[in-house]
Amino acid sequence: MSGEIRQADVLVIGAGPAGLAAAIAAREAGVERLIVLERESEPGGVLRQCIHNGFGLHRFREELTGPEYASRDVERARALGIELWTDTTVLSVDGERTVTCVSAARGLTVFSARAIVLAMGCRERPRGALGTPGTRCAGIYTAGTAQRFVNLEGGMPGKRAVILGSGDIGLIMARRMTLQGAKVLACVEIMPYSSGLNRNIVQCLDDYGIPLLLSHTVVGIHGRERLTGVTIAQVDAQRRPIPGTEQELDCDTLLLSVGLIPENELSVGAGVRLCAQTAGPEVDDALQTSVPGIFACGNVLHVHDLVDHVSSEAARAGRMAAAFAAGELAGGESVPVLDGDGVRGATPQRIRRGVGEAVTLMLRPAGVYRGAACVVTCGERELARKRAPIFTPGEMVALTLSADAAASIDGPVTVRMERS
Amino acid sequence: MTGEWSMRSDICIIGAGVVGCALARVLSRCEADIAVLEQGADVAEGASKANSGIVHAGFDAQPGTLKARLNVEGAAMYPALCKELGVPYSQPGALVLGFSDEDRKSLEGLLRQGQENGVAGLCILSREEVLERESALSPNVRCALAAPTSGLVSPYELTYALADHAAVNGVRFLRGERVERVERTQEGLWRVMTGRGEHICRVLVNCAGAGAEAIHAMMGGAPLRIVHRRGQYILLDRMERLPVSETIFQCPTRMGKGVLVTPTVHGNLLLGPTAEDIEDGFDSSTTAEGLREVLERCRISWPEANTRLSITSFSGIRAHEERGDFIIGAVEGQKSAYEAVGIESPGLSAAPAIAEMLGAQIARECGLRAKASIAAPIARKKPFHEMNACERAAAVAENPQYGSVICRCEVVTEAEIREAIRRPVGATTIDGVKRRTRAGMGRCQGGFCAPRVAELLSEELGIPLTGITKSGGESRLLTGTIGEALKGGERQ
Amino acid sequence: MEITCINCPMGCRMRVEVEDGRVVSVSGNACGRGSLYARQECVDPRRTVTAVIPLEGGASPLSVKTSAPIPKRLIAQCMSELAEVKLSAPVQMGSVVLENVCGTGIDVVATKSVGKVII
Repeated sequence: MSGEIRQADVLVIGAGPAGLAAAIAAREAGVERLIVLERESEPGGVLRQCIHNGFGLHRFREELTGPEYASRDVERARALGIELWTDTTVLSVDGERTVTCVSAARGLTVFSARAIVLAMGCRERPRGALGTPGTRCAGIYTAGTAQRFVNLEGGMPGKRAVILGSGDIGLIMARRMTLQGAKVLACVEIMPYSSGLNRNIVQCLDDYGIPLLLSHTVVGIHGRERLTGVTIAQVDAQRRPIPGTEQELDCDTLLLSVGLIPENELSVGAGVRLCAQTAGPEVDDALQTSVPGIFACGNVLHVHDLVDHVSSEAARAGRMAAAFAAGELAGGESVPVLDGDGVRGATPQRIRRGVGEAVTLMLRPAGVYRGAACVVTCGERELARKRAPIFTPGEMVALTLSADAAASIDGPVTVRMERS
Repeated sequence: MTGEWSMRSDICIIGAGVVGCALARVLSRCEADIAVLEQGADVAEGASKANSGIVHAGFDAQPGTLKARLNVEGAAMYPALCKELGVPYSQPGALVLGFSDEDRKSLEGLLRQGQENGVAGLCILSREEVLERESALSPNVRCALAAPTSGLVSPYELTYALADHAAVNGVRFLRGERVERVERTQEGLWRVMTGRGEHICRVLVNCAGAGAEAIHAMMGGAPLRIVHRRGQYILLDRMERLPVSETIFQCPTRMGKGVLVTPTVHGNLLLGPTAEDIEDGFDSSTTAEGLREVLERCRISWPEANTRLSITSFSGIRAHEERGDFIIGAVEGQKSAYEAVGIESPGLSAAPAIAEMLGAQIARECGLRAKASIAAPIARKKPFHEMNACERAAAVAENPQYGSVICRCEVVTEAEIREAIRRPVGATTIDGVKRRTRAGMGRCQGGFCAPRVAELLSEELGIPLTGITKSGGESRLLTGTIGEALKGGERQ
Repeated sequence: MEITCINCPMGCRMRVEVEDGRVVSVSGNACGRGSLYARQECVDPRRTVTAVIPLEGGASPLSVKTSAPIPKRLIAQCMSELAEVKLSAPVQMGSVVLENVCGTGIDVVATKSVGKVII
């Protein structure tokens, strides 16, 4: 270490869709000393391995594959001359916004940043977290790891697969494995409904005759060296396996798609307070965390369904970080945003008083709501209302408070689901 | 010659667990050609990788038994041994909790037994003293036996270090060699046949753990019977502050030995084990009932026990010999045949002493001469995640591969992974890298780093990516390339 | 026939009557988008196929897609044709990997560049 500390106005951690969008917005807002740190050897984040199409419908009005979506931001970042360090791992961030990172090319580097944007994304819940009994053989992967093996390394994780969990990544991998030449026996979901999009259930399972077994789970894992099979069983309303319903499936691969967890180890190290519901930082409407000058966006903030939303959220974080770095971000008092009936993890968790612009709230319903409305109130006053034929936990709800409504906030704000 | 290879040695040790490796290291001080045959893909594949990682103080075993003597002797050797080998070891002490008057009597019995065994520093604590020390424990606790000399070690890292040191001094390790037959040659030597080759040696030593009964029979020993006792464990993630600072045992009762809650030497929390007698000595699967039992019984000591922070569960198999004590020495009625069998708990604690005792006997009876000089262990480099900023900067400056972080959860670098593969008894599998470096040991359980570790193994070992295994044998990570699958797949 | 609408999480189960390859009625849909989808899906279901294929000399395999949706019944045949494609790095994003796949007049194109640092 040279002992020299580098200065940055805005430092972005992660060059996935969130980090890229944040950096682009910061540069467009006039930030000169801007740096993006990325641990992989190329920018793009998880989009690099999401080779299926369906990205960008909201933002670009066309259906792109993951690499295509990422390349648009990468090109834009390049055109703006944004400095990007790849193969660089951030080791720590502290509350004074000192960032230590390491890379083979540059060694250990310390930055002092006026503002930081956290955009580290999320990780998959592994087998250990499920407590599924059985052997610890090869052939059990999270869906994302399998996706990386196939799409980036060109290796097939197996020939006969069972998918546990019907999240979108699991569904996408069911189709990918099938198209690439493997046999997918079933997709097993412990809940009575899938958390994946209907589109994915139809186009990833139904198109290929892969059964979706709802209210089922894997209760046994067999095979000493490589997986040789799993036992599945039906579960009751409390998600306990029902004795007598066990079935053996002869497979060499089990892919897990059982949840994503925002990756906040660095945030916690910096003293950033996390929200129990989202497992991401608590932020205000400027996407600023509990540590001044540290902002968060994308899947590290809360797990999104659509990359389009990640990009727009991150662009806001980038603009706000730029304003903070320039000493122009309005601070002051803020009011809490509370999860009311049927709502989980409304984000942002705080709104600054007297904000002169529209505020978008994002949240997940706690259950399936038909013919209901999502309502935002402040005291007795209703600030916004959104109706839809159906709300499900699998689909994030975005709800915008107008600039007038936001400006009128004078106390705690509550978001709730209202059945009609 | 019957297979791919044929070799000769003076001494052949069957089994590269902690005992086999410790013995190999002791014998490597002598002028002898030594080989170790291990059926697993790596050393420490059996009970040595899956146990509580506790260096017991030594109050548990009945006075006068080998278990009692060797436990106390072995435990006393640990601090210096681990320092010499560069293996993490700590001595946080232990408490055995009592919840009733009956338990108090048992604890007093353990105290006396421990004192008789020569364990230092034992004392009985009151409820208040216990809760003062360990506030997360159940308020139902009535008293506890405190054992300040109880220690923690990473059992597989110790085994790797023992093997590496033995290898530096000339011991050959042959992994993936399952012994199928043992016979005498006409010259009175031993011929050991594995599925792949044969090995001729003068002296044969059985350190085969769960497989020791079969090897003992092949060597012509009088019948002995090993009962395979499975223990299931749950490993929790590191947390900001662990609920306990030392090993928490439960007072043994008629209902069993109880389960423990203990920090590991790496700062995780380990819960377990169960004790189930099973038929198959290599069936290390976990069961729903077993894992439930671990949790329920843990709550007796630590009421807040939960699996929210669980990162994995596993089971290990203890090889219990029916008569209850270790069997160490010459195989009765056989020339040039030795064994260390029935090495269950406190086998890890006793291993260094077992090796010294058996090694001395073999050297004496076989007339081995001490070597003029013995090579020191390869210095263990400080793990990157334990370095401070200056050390990190220096490490990267010296070797840029320290700047390439492969495992983000445990902060393990490319340099460390390559080093683990290049060690004398180096890693050849994903699990081997994981246990040597902790890459994949963290909360994502290798989700992010396994593909990159596989690439490094492929590069270092010169085998294709599709040949990389999780733990040897058929445990391949990949079943082929996408090109092969597209052409020959099961797609209709 | 019965199909599930994919436009929103409602997932309406729709009954579609088809006569002589023409949709004569759609029911069970909650909105107009369902009817549109049903008319296409029941008569001429199409999918954009994405895949990953080996790339000689490439740092990674190559991801590709059909440049427009192809008839659903041709998916397997499309993959079989892709299995025969032989390519070497470098490849530019958007370049044609396979022309006129399955005689559809639709090309398969690369969805990323391989063999070149992007930024």
